[in-house]
Amino acid sequence: MSIMNNLINGTNFDHKSLNALQKVTLRAVVMSFLFFGLVAIEGMIMRLVQAHAPIPHMFYHPEHYFSIMTVHPIVGIFGSTYQLVFAAFMFLVPFLTKKPLYSIKLANAVWLLITIGTALAWLSAFFTGYAPLYTLYWPLPADTTQFSVFGGIVFIVGVALIMVGTLGFIYNIYATIFQRVGVHKDKTTKELLISGFGIDGMLNLWNKLRGKQPYTKEPALALPVVAIFRGTVDTFLDAIVILSAGILVLVYLLFDASGHPLNVGAIDALLYKNYFWWGLDLVADGLVLIYVAGSWYLLATLITGQKLFMENVARAALMLELLVSWMVWSHHLLADQGQPEMMKLISGEMVTAFELLTQGLALFITLVTLWKARPLKITPELAYLLGGLVGFGLAVPAAIIQADMGMNRILHNTQWIIFAHVHIALIVGLYMTLYSAVYVLWPIVTNNTRMFSKKLTWTHFWLYLIGGVGMGAFAGMAGLDGMLRRHLYVNGEFNTLMILAAICGTMVLVAWFLFLFNIVMSVGIKGLIGIFLPAEDKTASYGIEPETVAENHKV
Amino acid sequence: MTFSSSLELLAFHNVAYTIYAFMIISIIAWFGYNLTRKEKAPSKVRIPFYTYIGFLVVMGVGHHIFTYNTIPWVSQDIKRHEIKPDASYKFEVGKHKWINMPKHVTVQCGQTIEFDVQSRDLVYGFGLFRQDGTLAMQMQVNPGTDVNGILDSNDILWTFNHNGLFDVVSTEYSGPDEYDRETGEDLMKVKKWLTVVGCKEDGGKK
Repeated sequence: MSIMNNLINGTNFDHKSLNALQKVTLRAVVMSFLFFGLVAIEGMIMRLVQAHAPIPHMFYHPEHYFSIMTVHPIVGIFGSTYQLVFAAFMFLVPFLTKKPLYSIKLANAVWLLITIGTALAWLSAFFTGYAPLYTLYWPLPADTTQFSVFGGIVFIVGVALIMVGTLGFIYNIYATIFQRVGVHKDKTTKELLISGFGIDGMLNLWNKLRGKQPYTKEPALALPVVAIFRGTVDTFLDAIVILSAGILVLVYLLFDASGHPLNVGAIDALLYKNYFWWGLDLVADGLVLIYVAGSWYLLATLITGQKLFMENVARAALMLELLVSWMVWSHHLLADQGQPEMMKLISGEMVTAFELLTQGLALFITLVTLWKARPLKITPELAYLLGGLVGFGLAVPAAIIQADMGMNRILHNTQWIIFAHVHIALIVGLYMTLYSAVYVLWPIVTNNTRMFSKKLTWTHFWLYLIGGVGMGAFAGMAGLDGMLRRHLYVNGEFNTLMILAAICGTMVLVAWFLFLFNIVMSVGIKGLIGIFLPAEDKTASYGIEPETVAENHKV
Repeated sequence: MTFSSSLELLAFHNVAYTIYAFMIISIIAWFGYNLTRKEKAPSKVRIPFYTYIGFLVVMGVGHHIFTYNTIPWVSQDIKRHEIKPDASYKFEVGKHKWINMPKHVTVQCGQTIEFDVQSRDLVYGFGLFRQDGTLAMQMQVNPGTDVNGILDSNDILWTFNHNGLFDVVSTEYSGPDEYDRETGEDLMKVKKWLTVVGCKEDGGKK
């Protein structure tokens, strides 16, 4: 088959054979990877500026540079990551519970709202230079002496649309879980709630300690669904906080536009920081860690075809993570001298340290599950899963190190935080886990479409892994040398490390291009367009047995 | 063991984390390789589950106990309102300019200095950087007033044990107006603002 034929028709992809659930999943996946490309290009522009590369001078202008820095996490976290995670979960929950998705229409609205919202935020920064950064530290987002009121309003409306889309996802997930059809026909809401929060696992452990029969031998919900259930609680709280902060900014901007500006001093900056970080941290330390733990458990069981090791402990740990994720936000405020010392000590240091325990536990359970099933063939999905474990194995201890009153004094707001911790966690830890999920779900969601090239898959893997770890390491080292994360350097101050980081960043960008090329060559342009056409088969569920996936990994 | 300056701590941290990073990458790579082998890899070390959990708890909590006992500015920061500084410098920041800031400060070796910075409008940062660009210390500078309209304090105590020249940089982003719109130069950076004198070459009082 010629390259051109592949480009147009793909391998054996037939979009007409896809049902409504498969199509809505793929739509969000396509948008997610397009946004990933945008975020990688944005990241590279910033890397090139910091490496003092000979690129057009406009990129060195502070308003341009910081507007890129403002939308970079919006596009990356919401436009790309949220879309991919939401798509995967809106497919997985019906798949694992053997029930239809509550609403395909709502699922379509979710990816559309997030896509439009992300695009609006991006356009606002691009055309008006609105650049308060994702932290939105009060009163910067309402500072109309520096930013355009119109730009601010469009940006906030964009973020609000993303959050409304997020609420739509949450509703769809819970409505699907609580539907009393199929295997859950005879379950009560109480039983589903107990299972969803992981309380049944805790009660099983408690009964075992007391020598009694387990509370339940067959939990109402599968473990990955429990992780999705639990993580979605944090997704909800986070959406409410960001939405309410957005409304606050919007009110100030609208009053400013009407010629009657409000007093920004009426809002306490430190209190606002606490509120905003409590919500924002639920993304990083709540839903990401919980969703990732759940994804590891699912991938390990699908790849090995075996039961998860220590399943009750895993269920209980998800409950523990609930408490931990709500009480750790103060580690973002260790450099704020007005923050009460006890909050720094308890929330910022001690409770945060428990993330080492919860994530270490997830790592342990996943590794042992894989180990017990050996020998296994190293397939792309297994390799990406191991890459994801490496990512969090590096990023979580980096977080614990900086969430310390001594270390934070010299690491706060440096490149160490954003690269050695955040970028390694997201690019390597989270995305490699998601790539693993993409490769596991690919045959299911696309009706066994052949991947165009295995060589491209493996080239993507190695370029992405080395590039991701390398960029995090070199830029993180610059942080140890004093380089700030939200600062513009125009004199090549950290040139050597920034050039090395830019080289590694280029590897990530090239890896993304190869991945996209491989996908496009597999589904073809016709197939790609077909994904966005209405599905002839309106089925909102998918019933392939998970065991069939494991067959592909047996040596 | 005590770290007398942030440079020593950063060097220690760099070495410790690099060793850890290579270790965790090697373990997962070794693990991946052994997953594929038909013959069972001999158990080199058997780590019981509860020992592993205990290790994680000890590492998480022990790390803070270690830093509390080896990094002098931690306890000093917690008890700073009970400590009388050798000198205090109080100034403000507003519209991306330092206001009433001394032109230059000279500190004798071993002196504990209080910096109290108040913001009139936005969130800024206050950081001291060595001439090689490394960060000596920093804090966030939040705006706000009390009920009487007096600006909120953002205060920090710092003891200087090594000679050196330090620049002041705002360590928090406060909008593009912090920079020259054309050249991108940081307009809030104050070069060679603080000098520490009277220390031995390897630190500490003469």
